[in-house]
Amino acid sequence: MPDIPSAIRPERGIAIGAFSRLGQSAVLPVGVALRLLDPPMRWIQRMIGARQMAYVFLLPNFVFFGLFVFLPIGINIVFSVTGGTALFPSQRPYVGGDQFAYLFDCGSYLDPASCREDHFWRGVANTAKFIVFQVTAMVLISLVTALVLNMKIRGRGFFRAVYFFPVLLSPVVVALIWKWILQRDGLLNAAITTLGGQKILFFVDPSWAMFWAVFVSVWAHMGFYTLILLAGLQAIPADLYEAAEMDATPRWRVLIRITLPLLWPNMIVVIVLALIKGAQTFDEVFVLTGGGPGTATLMVVQYIYETAFSSQVQNFGLAAAASVVLGVVLFVLTLLQFAAARRKEV
Amino acid sequence: MRVATSVITSFLLSLLAATVFGGPVAAETTTLRMTWYSDGNEGEVMADLLKRFHAQNKDIEIVLDQVPYKAVNETLPVQLASGQGPDMARIVDMGGLSRFALDMRPFLKDPTYWETNFGPFLEWMRPAGDTKAIPGFMTQLTVTGPFVNKTLFEQAGVAMPGEQSTWEDWAKAVKQVADKVQAPFPLALDRSGHRFYALAVSQGTQVFGANGEPDVVDDGFKRAAQLVYDWHKSGVMSKELWGSVSGTAYRGANDEFKNAQVVMYLSGSWQISQFAKTIGDAFDWVAVPNPCGPGGCSSMPGGAGLVAFKTTQHPKEVARVMEYLASEPVLAEFYSRSLFVPGHLGLAKKGIDYPTAGPDAAAALKVFTVSAAQISPIAYRTQGYGNSRIVLNAVISRLGQAVSGETTLEDAYKRITADVAQQISERNKK
Repeated sequence: MPDIPSAIRPERGIAIGAFSRLGQSAVLPVGVALRLLDPPMRWIQRMIGARQMAYVFLLPNFVFFGLFVFLPIGINIVFSVTGGTALFPSQRPYVGGDQFAYLFDCGSYLDPASCREDHFWRGVANTAKFIVFQVTAMVLISLVTALVLNMKIRGRGFFRAVYFFPVLLSPVVVALIWKWILQRDGLLNAAITTLGGQKILFFVDPSWAMFWAVFVSVWAHMGFYTLILLAGLQAIPADLYEAAEMDATPRWRVLIRITLPLLWPNMIVVIVLALIKGAQTFDEVFVLTGGGPGTATLMVVQYIYETAFSSQVQNFGLAAAASVVLGVVLFVLTLLQFAAARRKEV
Repeated sequence: MRVATSVITSFLLSLLAATVFGGPVAAETTTLRMTWYSDGNEGEVMADLLKRFHAQNKDIEIVLDQVPYKAVNETLPVQLASGQGPDMARIVDMGGLSRFALDMRPFLKDPTYWETNFGPFLEWMRPAGDTKAIPGFMTQLTVTGPFVNKTLFEQAGVAMPGEQSTWEDWAKAVKQVADKVQAPFPLALDRSGHRFYALAVSQGTQVFGANGEPDVVDDGFKRAAQLVYDWHKSGVMSKELWGSVSGTAYRGANDEFKNAQVVMYLSGSWQISQFAKTIGDAFDWVAVPNPCGPGGCSSMPGGAGLVAFKTTQHPKEVARVMEYLASEPVLAEFYSRSLFVPGHLGLAKKGIDYPTAGPDAAAALKVFTVSAAQISPIAYRTQGYGNSRIVLNAVISRLGQAVSGETTLEDAYKRITADVAQQISERNKK
């Protein structure tokens, strides 16, 4: 260490030594525990062979996954084939596919009013509408933001942080902030009236309510997707751009021929993740609009929540059946994500 | 070494002493949990009373869990169904939760006192078919009724309709006032089934058919629904309450009333304490008798009860707490300090003093107490019906859709009938 003044060196040495000793004493119990585990692990390895040991190491994780993911899915499926209001499955009468039959009893699936459980289908229609607008807006805005943040602009670090900051906020906080901005006497209406306009009741008009639900959702989550796209942009080899520059290729052509094709795997991930997140939308929209006006922003997850918990007859069976339907849709979207990820690896 | 030995010896001795002398005393203290929601200051009053109870009964400690109203309606039923509920709770859906209620009769010193003073309200808390159980008492009797911003009427120079005025008279008057003073809410009705039924009962709805089962959509109901629908069209009511949220979500106009944006606010007696505190001298407000219609001038009763649950491990101790809280002097103090209409027949007869109430609050309490005596039997029957909340929720959910322009009133009627039938059938599945 020739560049470090000798007067500093001993202090650093002491500090490093102290930290090292502290670290050693901290991991001491872990070391003891591992040493205790050693004999049984050796015994297991002798019994099942080295190749099977992978399963032993996977077991703890698998137990937790089974307890907190597979078991609830199983319980949900059991609930979906039972009726009544009792909480415990053993006390609930078996009704077979009645809950699903009730959900799918429609004159036309395109007209929620013709369905027996019209609220579910209104939720489906709203969620579909929300996904179309939200995913499109999310991908486009995130892409533009990532492209700008990838340029050498002044205050780039600051802007990257600013766009990511809403992702750290709780969805309820996000929705409450925007509710205060958008309500009758909120900030936006104050600005509109100051400029001589009339107050707009954003939460009374169905189109405005859906617009703001999409807007707030994009505002809150675009930082995350921007980050994914930014990582993708930075992984594009710089020599491709240099070659394009030497050929005097126009900027729009560089974007279409180099940037977008090489960013496509990241775009697929962003699209699929946004689709899944859109289908699961609940908290922000619930706090912002309460599903209204009427049922104009009622989403499927809100329908499930209200059917199970907030309606007077807590209809767990019907809510579970709706959850299974949503689960199947999400499963398909997840398969899409896997396929997209595999394509990215290739 | 000697020091260490003496330290260890004294530590062991003190441990032994704590086990011998302190152990049994600590083990005898029973801890009970009470879930409580508040509209005004009643949580503070209850905490104070429970502290006093504990001072007199060292063997019982009560943990008061103060929760939002929504938690009492949505979380508590699941807690109770899973056997993990509290020992007692202040609830409003007394019929819906009656299957979890504890019949305290075997543990009460004087069940007759309860029958005499809470008799009609006990029916609201009993499971269907049970005519004797004593599960709790009323922490308040609520009466639905309108609050009026008197100052806005004075500023507009419009005369306030008098007693026996109809809903139409009031709608006309509040619209005039709102137009003159630029108030955004001429008439506000909480987005609640109870408030709608204050209108529907006065329009002559009978709620039940000849077979005793709900027959919700009758002529009186349609008259009331049409009024609400038309008021939204004509601007007497703003869509911000009934039209801006979905499903069974409750929306009140407390903040709007406090900010003098509402001319007439149909809510109820539980708001008095809150308005007295938050409005102060900002403007003059009055409670007025329920407006009238072809079915009379009755409003809707309601209320909250403190109910004991059968999942408790300590029914005797729970009964002791309930006896203390339901005793005449304690309950009189509770009603008096919380500014509540009494749900105790003896106290209602004697009258409650409200020394902390200002002139506005005192006058409002008087109006609601008089209204309570004029409530029609059909309104009481609707409130006491075990599935009443199914009816009330179906009504607000579907009327909300009609008001927001999503469906027609005719569609809403069909859906209300179907929703009520479907939910009652689901509840009856065993």
